[in-house]
Amino acid sequence: MSLARTRWVSIVLFAAALAAASPSFAVQPDEILSDSALETRARTLSGELRCMVCQNQSIDDSDAPLARDLRLLVRERLKAGDSDAQVLDFLTARYGQFVLLRPRFGWDTALLWGAPAGVLLVGGLAIVLALRRRKDLSVSATTPLTDDETRRLNELAGR
Amino acid sequence: MIAEIGHYALVLALGLALIQSVVPVAGARLRDDTLMGVAGPTALAQFAFVATAFAALTACYVMSDFSVANVFENSHSAMPLVYKFTSVWGNHEGSMLLWVLILSLFGALVAAFGGNLPATLKATVLAVQSWIASAFYLFILLTSNPFLRLPQAPFEGRDLNPILQDLGLAIHPPMLYLGYVGFSISFSFAIAALIEGRIDAAWARWVRPWTLAAWMCLTLGIAMGSYWAYYELGWGGFWFWDPVENASLMPWIVGTALLHSAVVMEKRNALKVWTILLAILTFSLSLIGTFLVRSGVLTSVHTFASDPTRGVFILMILVLFIGGGLTLYAWRAPALKQGGLFAPISREGALVFNNLFLTAACAAVFFGTLYPLALEALTGKMLSVGAPFFNLTFGPLFVLLLLVVPFGPLMPWKRGDLLGVAQRLIGAAAFALVVVAAVFAVTSGGPVLAPFGVGLAIFVMAGVVTDFVERTGLLRVPVATVWARARGLPRSAFGTMLAHFGLGVTLLGLVCASTWGTEQIVAMKPGAVVSLRSYDLTFDGTMTRQGPNYRETIAKFTVRQNGTVLGTVEPSKRTFPSRQSSTTEAALMTRGVSQLYLSLGDPNDDGSIAIRLYHKPLVLLIWLGAVVMFFGGGLSLSDRRLRIGAPKPAKSGKPALQPAE
Repeated sequence: MSLARTRWVSIVLFAAALAAASPSFAVQPDEILSDSALETRARTLSGELRCMVCQNQSIDDSDAPLARDLRLLVRERLKAGDSDAQVLDFLTARYGQFVLLRPRFGWDTALLWGAPAGVLLVGGLAIVLALRRRKDLSVSATTPLTDDETRRLNELAGR
Repeated sequence: MIAEIGHYALVLALGLALIQSVVPVAGARLRDDTLMGVAGPTALAQFAFVATAFAALTACYVMSDFSVANVFENSHSAMPLVYKFTSVWGNHEGSMLLWVLILSLFGALVAAFGGNLPATLKATVLAVQSWIASAFYLFILLTSNPFLRLPQAPFEGRDLNPILQDLGLAIHPPMLYLGYVGFSISFSFAIAALIEGRIDAAWARWVRPWTLAAWMCLTLGIAMGSYWAYYELGWGGFWFWDPVENASLMPWIVGTALLHSAVVMEKRNALKVWTILLAILTFSLSLIGTFLVRSGVLTSVHTFASDPTRGVFILMILVLFIGGGLTLYAWRAPALKQGGLFAPISREGALVFNNLFLTAACAAVFFGTLYPLALEALTGKMLSVGAPFFNLTFGPLFVLLLLVVPFGPLMPWKRGDLLGVAQRLIGAAAFALVVVAAVFAVTSGGPVLAPFGVGLAIFVMAGVVTDFVERTGLLRVPVATVWARARGLPRSAFGTMLAHFGLGVTLLGLVCASTWGTEQIVAMKPGAVVSLRSYDLTFDGTMTRQGPNYRETIAKFTVRQNGTVLGTVEPSKRTFPSRQSSTTEAALMTRGVSQLYLSLGDPNDDGSIAIRLYHKPLVLLIWLGAVVMFFGGGLSLSDRRLRIGAPKPAKSGKPALQPAE
């Protein structure tokens, strides 16, 4: 990535919610397949694949030449009769995990996939334990008065 | 001269901040009113000096003083005046200056309006605020000085990045920063409470308005950014799960959790320790967001490593404040006593559920954003985490959370009756199910879950109506009684209703626009017609126009519906010679809350031009919902108990030593 491009990107990054991307024009009219079922599958698959020279863009969103090549490749494979999984396998074999926007579950992504559920479980457990402990506390707070306390209370009440 | 004044003012602000960092804390320790009293004036003066620095930079921009490097790199003499103002923060150095301007503004506000705070708490809060300020003044002065001069002043500037030449830049960053930086106040209050070892319901009452104000600004800031990306980037997307977006979403999620837990703390004196942790985490996530966006680490880990000065500096600030804050928490929090018992099924329980799911949802965003960076830094392995990951992890958590939203406000405090609440929500649920059935009947295509998404949005909104009906007795008691009851409800109750309703509105827009949106991608020659839904667009031809600092190719389309002309739309492409780059200006035609969206591609050799036409049903609801949430927050902020403020301690000489509760 050239220096100019890097600077450019870092400026765009400032606009926080503005995805770092050039005004783009992704899928070109000439790419669209005549079979609309296949085209729909191609679009869905494109959303799962990363344009590897872009900032976090799928090939469906990107106007980079590489993204176009990949889109054409996806459509070629689909026309050749590949299933969705086969297309993804094909591209992963060629470009590695980096091309998948939804990383596959594995030992190196276990933490990534497990984290939200983990937080939910640990948090839930902590809440249950805290509620239990405080229930015990509240029970111990209502232990019956000792004889001495009862006597003093009666004195105070003038009984 | 003006740039030097700005530079000098910033140095003076740093000096004041250093004083404010030390003296008031010493005063609070020694119970010395004079020393504690230093904090107020220094906070106000700090703001005055940073405002001077900011005004100086703005002046340099407005006068197009290209001898200032920052102005040369980001401005152009022919740029419209409004962009000369906004380009002040359209770059790294200037945006950091905006960051500290807002930070010092919040400090000054606490100094000005914190009269009802206990003296020691106010002094400590302002000191903590100054620790943050000092760190960031140093960051600007040492690594990102916007006032540096060029040895020879060039004749013309390099222009602002064309994408940023938009009114969005005037609103989005300031709102976002008001939110980000506003959470520093909650952080300072939390740290001060830990230092003082004292926290009670009144503390929550002081913190809540600041958190609420920050949350409101962040909500609007994120929504504005999303709308800006939607119309500017030209392919009609409104949320990309980009790390930069996630950086702003994380403080919002945890800030939302903080708002809710602070309610429990204020009303029931429970969840104290947890609320403190959330306050620390919220601002920590704001700092992490600043680090992600400002250090260049996102562009690539390698760029970051090759020029690490800025990144490492922010990383140090990050470690100092997050590490320090959490250490202090681990050390002091166990001393804070928990109060306010409640059963699992209760309003408190519902709010705990809210906090749990929001935290888990935030974890999904956090890991999805940072895991690839960490993995690459540690093992060199490259991994992508994009929208499909977040849809699978963040999505279900938020769906569960939204399902519970209508239950919360109907639940009584301390101990509730789930069955009773469920019975009261039967009407809302039935209505939602009818809508689901209707959606199934009317639409075709799209995922099976989409109609249920619509149902969920309707359930959330109908839940709000149920809440209102239950509280006022609408349809059961005479209208006059309903009116009296509605008037008697605190404004914060209406704030809650409005904010929850906005959530439903946003969800409805999200589901409809992303499921039933349709598109046409075609190459057109003048005179050709393209149809989408019931709309026919005729391509009338192109023309060129000269803008102040760009050339524009405009394509004119006439929009017809069933033969009647609705109007014309003019999408365009702008070329900026000074930067040799171009932008796509999409044309939008709003029909109710739906939109037709048309953007131009490149012209072909045969004289045709590629166009992308979308119909986005109910898309405006996404951002209108956020606006409704904003007003909900505002209503809550104007609640009597926050306006009047917390009860003042009796003014009898020296404040008595408060026992840690």
